[in-house]
Amino acid sequence: MALEPAVTDLEELKSHPEVACLVAWNAAAVEGAKFDRNELTVYVERTALRGACTALKNDGALQYDSLSDLTCVDWFPGAPRFEVVYHLFSTVTKKRVRLKVRLTGEDAAVDSLTSLWPGADFFEREVFDLFGVRFNEHPNLKRILMPDNWEGHPLRKDYPVEGYR
Amino acid sequence: MDEMTPSPVLDAADQTLIMNMGPQHPSTHGVLRLLLEIDGETIVRIMPDIGYLHTGIEKTCEAKFYQQVVPLTDRIDYLCPMTNNLTYCLAVEKLLGLEIPARAQWLRVMLNELTRINSHLVWLGTHAMDIGAMTVFLYCFREREEILRLFEAVSGQRMMTSYFRIGGIAIEPPLDFFGRVKTFIDAFPEHIDEYENLLTQNPIFVMRTKGVAHLTKEDALALTATGPTLRASGVDVDLRRDAPYSGYENFKFNVPIATEGDVYARYLVRVQELRESQKIVKQTLEGIPEGPVKADAPKVVLPDREKMKTQMEALIYHFKIVTEGFTVPEGEVYQAVESPRGEMGYYVVSDGGAKPYRVHMRAPSFANLQSLQKMCKGRLIADVVAAIGSIDIVLGDCDR
Repeated sequence: MALEPAVTDLEELKSHPEVACLVAWNAAAVEGAKFDRNELTVYVERTALRGACTALKNDGALQYDSLSDLTCVDWFPGAPRFEVVYHLFSTVTKKRVRLKVRLTGEDAAVDSLTSLWPGADFFEREVFDLFGVRFNEHPNLKRILMPDNWEGHPLRKDYPVEGYR
Repeated sequence: MDEMTPSPVLDAADQTLIMNMGPQHPSTHGVLRLLLEIDGETIVRIMPDIGYLHTGIEKTCEAKFYQQVVPLTDRIDYLCPMTNNLTYCLAVEKLLGLEIPARAQWLRVMLNELTRINSHLVWLGTHAMDIGAMTVFLYCFREREEILRLFEAVSGQRMMTSYFRIGGIAIEPPLDFFGRVKTFIDAFPEHIDEYENLLTQNPIFVMRTKGVAHLTKEDALALTATGPTLRASGVDVDLRRDAPYSGYENFKFNVPIATEGDVYARYLVRVQELRESQKIVKQTLEGIPEGPVKADAPKVVLPDREKMKTQMEALIYHFKIVTEGFTVPEGEVYQAVESPRGEMGYYVVSDGGAKPYRVHMRAPSFANLQSLQKMCKGRLIADVVAAIGSIDIVLGDCDR
């Protein structure tokens, strides 16, 4: 099983219903897409995230009705610094799609998904706790794994793996 | 929304009282701390407080070679180490584009289903004990002991097995292993009958569980519940069937579903899963293919000890893998498997180096815990104990 090169051409990827759905919903919000190792990633403009998730959730054929995972990757010192990663799963079609939002280091904030999936609560708190990314309109955005009085966000790349800060 | 997510400030009205439960409470299955707001004995609100077992495993992974991460994955969910090993290995193999020999895949399935039985037995024993049925615990641990001995036979360890490796399996199981699995698995249906005799029709157990901690289908999906917790609410999802991995498409099994969404339904689903797992293990024993247990990828898989003594290349590769690791092509994958508790997902990002750039574990206990508030609202404190048991929480998995 040799690796096939990733497809990043948006026009070509419109054959995937997820990409087609999002482009039809709001073409300006789709920053790009990637199909690699049999997994589809769509880059979404950060203010459009909640709308994109709603579109995928309410689409009659796709029905992405559950939020499988929510996490973040820190590309420090690269820019934009953060990528918040959403994995949606459809319990009807059993398909997956990955949405990504790129955030700069200075103003790392994105809309919360708790209004769509209340279960996003813990995941967003975890990302806030470990990366310092804020989620607008989250009802209870505070640390979840680290102690409340902890300083810094441990999963950031400029946070040392061992030793004291 | 308000009732699903606890608000940050406890503004206890005149009637209510804030009570602390845990973290050192025997029925919280580890170190789960709950803040209960109660009105008399009725739950108004529950605020789970987790993180007592947080050891920063995701951060540690970023400082290790890919193969060194495997032992860390055991320690996340200590009741299903093999499932964690498998998910991580599958994710990295997907990143590498590595094909795994059939025999290794079948062995992985067999051990994974034994792990599921092991995990469900611990759940059943402790859950029944929480509710007051002492005896079941002793029966369950009798069988679990045998499974742990099987794990010890293959990996040398009872709990932290680290038996799966990137590219296959550490070593061929010992000679009498399949015979021992067969003896165990042939006798197992009778043991399940024993547990069911003690519980399924037991009036006390039924009264403590039926109609308790109800979770509707819509709430379960909205709260990102997975696994038996979701299936007991009537959602027909099982990743082993819906997104087969490691050769699960070769096996015939049913996915038990219940629609009631209460503690009793979750009990029934898990007990049925024990029977289905037994069937799968039986099928793996009957048809296990011959062949190697490691992929033919000398740059990734450690060579046999024998070859190292006779072949120059094998020694070189061994030295390179141990000292420098192996590089993984740039990219990212999300691999999800059906763990005993629900969807266990590993999101691995590679920047092309020998150490993973980012490893994220989507822990089923972490996500399922969010349903607790919905389940317990308006019920008695005693039902909280039944509810915690019914979502089968492992705090190591929750906190990572």
